[in-house]
Amino acid sequence: MKQFLSFVKKEFYHIGRDRRTLFILLGMPIMQIIIFGFALTNEVKNSRIAILDNAQDVASTAISSELEASRYFDIARDLHSYKDIEAAFKQGAIKLAVVFPQQFNSDLQHFNTAQVQLVADASDPNVATTLTNYATSVIMDYQDRITNGRQLPYTIKTEMRMLYNPQLKGAYSFVPGVMAMVLMLVCTMMTAITVVREKETGTMEIMLVSPVRPMKIVTAKAVPYLLLSMINITSILLLSVFVLDVPINGSLLLLIAESILFILTSLALGLLISSSTNSQQTAMFISLTGLFLPTVMLSGFMFPIENMPLALRIISNVVPSKWYYDIVRSVMIKGLGISAVWKETLILAGMTVFLLALAIKKFKIRLA
Amino acid sequence: MRTLKFLLQKEFRQIFRDPAILRILFVMPLVQLMILPRAADYEVKNIKLSVVDHDHSDYSRQLVSKITASGYFILNNYTSSYKDAMHEVEKDHADLILEIPASFEKTLVKEDEAPLFMAVNAINGAKAGLGSAYLRAIIQDFNREIRMEWIQFPRFNPELNVAVTSSNWFNPSLNYRYFMVPGILVVLVTMVGAFLTSLNIVKEKEIGTIEQINVTPIRKYHFILGKLIPFWVLGMVVLSLGLILARFAYNVIPAGSLLTIYVFAAVYLLAVLGLGLLLSTYTANQQQAMLLSFFIIMVFILLGGLYTSIDSMPAWAQAVTKVNPVAYFVEVMRMVILKGSSLADIKHQLLIVFGFAVLLNGWAIISYKKRA
Repeated sequence: MKQFLSFVKKEFYHIGRDRRTLFILLGMPIMQIIIFGFALTNEVKNSRIAILDNAQDVASTAISSELEASRYFDIARDLHSYKDIEAAFKQGAIKLAVVFPQQFNSDLQHFNTAQVQLVADASDPNVATTLTNYATSVIMDYQDRITNGRQLPYTIKTEMRMLYNPQLKGAYSFVPGVMAMVLMLVCTMMTAITVVREKETGTMEIMLVSPVRPMKIVTAKAVPYLLLSMINITSILLLSVFVLDVPINGSLLLLIAESILFILTSLALGLLISSSTNSQQTAMFISLTGLFLPTVMLSGFMFPIENMPLALRIISNVVPSKWYYDIVRSVMIKGLGISAVWKETLILAGMTVFLLALAIKKFKIRLA
Repeated sequence: MRTLKFLLQKEFRQIFRDPAILRILFVMPLVQLMILPRAADYEVKNIKLSVVDHDHSDYSRQLVSKITASGYFILNNYTSSYKDAMHEVEKDHADLILEIPASFEKTLVKEDEAPLFMAVNAINGAKAGLGSAYLRAIIQDFNREIRMEWIQFPRFNPELNVAVTSSNWFNPSLNYRYFMVPGILVVLVTMVGAFLTSLNIVKEKEIGTIEQINVTPIRKYHFILGKLIPFWVLGMVVLSLGLILARFAYNVIPAGSLLTIYVFAAVYLLAVLGLGLLLSTYTANQQQAMLLSFFIIMVFILLGGLYTSIDSMPAWAQAVTKVNPVAYFVEVMRMVILKGSSLADIKHQLLIVFGFAVLLNGWAIISYKKRA
């Protein structure tokens, strides 16, 4: 135990000496939380649109100014002909064009019906669909107003309640996601690299011929990152509660216990990567390209897993962050207890044991 | 010139000597390109619905079958207890609860008005918003049908009606993959370019070979070019393989000219490699270099408009995207591949990225000289 502790101490010195790395390790989560919490949103607003008004009459001007007043749209320019639309799309200047035909208002007055055409740049299908929906609802509002919204008989009134996140804030789903991403990357990558680094510089051999058990040396490397990750968890939670207004509805203790479990999973994965590689470059590449995109994309926080093809839904089950993300959402946002997340917890624990066993086995082979 | 030739020979040999790096360099990006775009689908479908029916009337059954027939919703369970439904939401088995109050049908017919209750799991705001909008639209439709049943409308519609028609250009089938593939390709090219250069030079520092190079008569620009060219070539190869894969796996055929893509990519890679060089001059070991480049690239990628629209970001974040080369490349790739934009359309972006390339490489060369 004493030996182990002195090894841990050595690792702490290593990390503490490298201020720059330490700064990034502690600053990265803060930056990520801020970026994700504030800058990233699936909402669409301030979209640049253009209007091709062939009518220039009361009704078309009225609708144009309603569109302008909506926070979803910025009228970037006025178009003069149908041909301008394509040019504006190709320059990336606008996302949607609203076309009023000639005699828009007189059609409306005489025939009770007039056409508005919406042309969307559907290279981004979501933005196209959303903007078309928004513009349609602005136009419908206008129509309701000029018909005075007469109350019709046999009306079904729909009342809606938003559970857990009444203001529909993006941060409610991003905070758990960032927690999963930061812990995964910091723990896995850093452990993987520190071990491989010793291999690369040859100091590993020196340590391996010492009477200390190799697993002890390797675990000693993981301990400081466990502590660093605890600091990161604390800063993320503080920021999310006090800056982003994302509450911790469940038990804080459970949330932290689950986070430690996930940190252990990531550390085990890091050890496995380091025992299977020989150079820092390889280890980094595996942990970066191999983990960054999958944690962003397959853990369910960016893109809904149920939309994915079957093969990917199956693959997502071996991504540890998927389970952790589920746990954090349930405990932190929904305020549920262990009875709701015991299955996920067991899966993570199982993964940890499995990864650790594999890492140890690989290490032994290497020593023989 | 001869010196440069020898240096390039050395660099290429070093790269090709390590099969692990090579495998990662080519296989990893391509495998990811095969997988990830299939995972990126924001489209909201298969919304899981729990119905709490206290009414058990004809209308409630009609409404439920109309909802399930719409294709957007999957009926998860049908119960008479709100608590049961709430439990399904907690377990993530249901996204939305529709509660039909007792004597819904009676109230609607007798009192001309009846309520329906909807509860939405709003942790994922986008999904909650769209899901409830779809459900409302279906309910409105249902409402219209009921009115038709009870009221005889005159043939000529007396109400004013603004008819909205819409058309989707460039991607009429609204295929989300067409949008994601070019973007993900940018990320892969960027990661290969920035990470590899910054690591490669730092590695020479770490094992001390850079000192050996510094004492030889090799000129600085030889050294820098010797480092830039191989990774530039590799980046272009990865891009080409990615474009081929996009063509055959996703049927993404550039609407614009390949030349436009390559011209932009050539300049863009110079900028990214310059970034890698710059980072390597400021770091002492591979760990630092990797962390620093990862940190910067991560911010670039997340704020690059790949996943979320830049227009919707707050002003400060939009200001950051002005100095983000990734954002320009993502934009350009999507413009050229999907809309067929030409060099003239992207000249603004091209100039800016060229500026980045000059600035970053110039800075790297200057700060590298100081160290020697």
